[in-house]
Amino acid sequence: MTDTQWPVWEVFVQANPGIPHKHAGNVHAADAEMAMQNARDVYTRRSEGISIWVVPANAISASSPEDQGSFFEPSNDKPYRHPTFYKIPEGVKYL
Amino acid sequence: MEDEKKLAAFEAKIAAGNKIEPKDWMPEAYRKQLIRMMSQHAHSEIVGMLPEGNWITRAPNLRRKAILLAKVQDEAGHGLYLYSATETLGIDRTELLEQLHTGKAKYSSIFNYPTLTWADIGAIGWLVDGAAIMNQTALARGSYGPYSRAMVRICKEESFHNRQGYEIMMHLAQGTPEQKAMAQDALNRWWWPSIMMLGPSDDQSPNSEQLMRWKVKMESNDAIRQRFIDRTVPQADFIGLSIPDKDLKFDEASGHYEHGPINWEEFFEVIKGNGPCNAKRLKARSDADKKGRWVRDAAMAYAEKKKLKAA
Repeated sequence: MTDTQWPVWEVFVQANPGIPHKHAGNVHAADAEMAMQNARDVYTRRSEGISIWVVPANAISASSPEDQGSFFEPSNDKPYRHPTFYKIPEGVKYL
Repeated sequence: MEDEKKLAAFEAKIAAGNKIEPKDWMPEAYRKQLIRMMSQHAHSEIVGMLPEGNWITRAPNLRRKAILLAKVQDEAGHGLYLYSATETLGIDRTELLEQLHTGKAKYSSIFNYPTLTWADIGAIGWLVDGAAIMNQTALARGSYGPYSRAMVRICKEESFHNRQGYEIMMHLAQGTPEQKAMAQDALNRWWWPSIMMLGPSDDQSPNSEQLMRWKVKMESNDAIRQRFIDRTVPQADFIGLSIPDKDLKFDEASGHYEHGPINWEEFFEVIKGNGPCNAKRLKARSDADKKGRWVRDAAMAYAEKKKLKAA
């Protein structure tokens, strides 16, 4: 058996109530419980968080930088999705 | 042809101040140099736990012991961030550790010196962490995203290390004549290795124009060393300790301290493996790895068994 140093888990930390969890880094751990404890010790030694998510790194699918252009292209030619696209006469309120 | 286009895009991205992320295209030389630098940095954090760990059981009081424990735990954390960041370049931790244990990868020369007295713990925090901060704040501006983010985080934590070290030195310097002598002795032994750890002088280490352009290296070794000396000398003066360099003088015109010649022969000997503690440090690391192997295997086997039971 090769020495695996354990699988990698990506760590997401919520710093304060009401805001999203943010990627903090990763840890090696044998299972989720250990990943959670390691994440606490590695990423929240100074009260940086109130909640932690750990996710097996191989469970994450990511977009690839090469496809960046074409992948996000559909939204680039639709400026009408932004409120600034519309001209509203001065004097009209609450719009 | 294709690569030339990719290289131009890569360089333009860096010139524009953007970070390079793990899945982005990068030149092989960039990847290799970063793996070398970042793993060396990770190894230094982990090996650096040894000289300080040596004093945890002998700290003079509970306050100092708790602080030293927290500091050594931070160093372990720094090693972990850096191994993680290095793994994003497509190498795994098992291989990185193997490179350390076989001597293929280096770690900072400074950790091959012994910690003989309690004052050495003060000197390490003040000088070694002080020098490391100078280097790391420069690296935080580097182009590789994961490394740069790890540096930002590490720099925040290092400042406690630096201050607790200075506080130890200050208390000793204000204590009995024996305590003050102990602080001075630690400064005498750690000063030169600390300024050497910032790397060979610029004429011996030509910073390739390429590494600077790629923002792998941000500043020359001598520039960082000068900043460290300029900031540290007044700190020593303040607590009445003297820097062990008879040629040290302040140059009004440049606003910088001029230092005496550095014994580079000693530096290169330590790098080559002939420092006072090289063999001991490597053995401690590789023993820890070997002795911990069954724990890693058992934890993995247990996790797999639990998974089977749940299924």
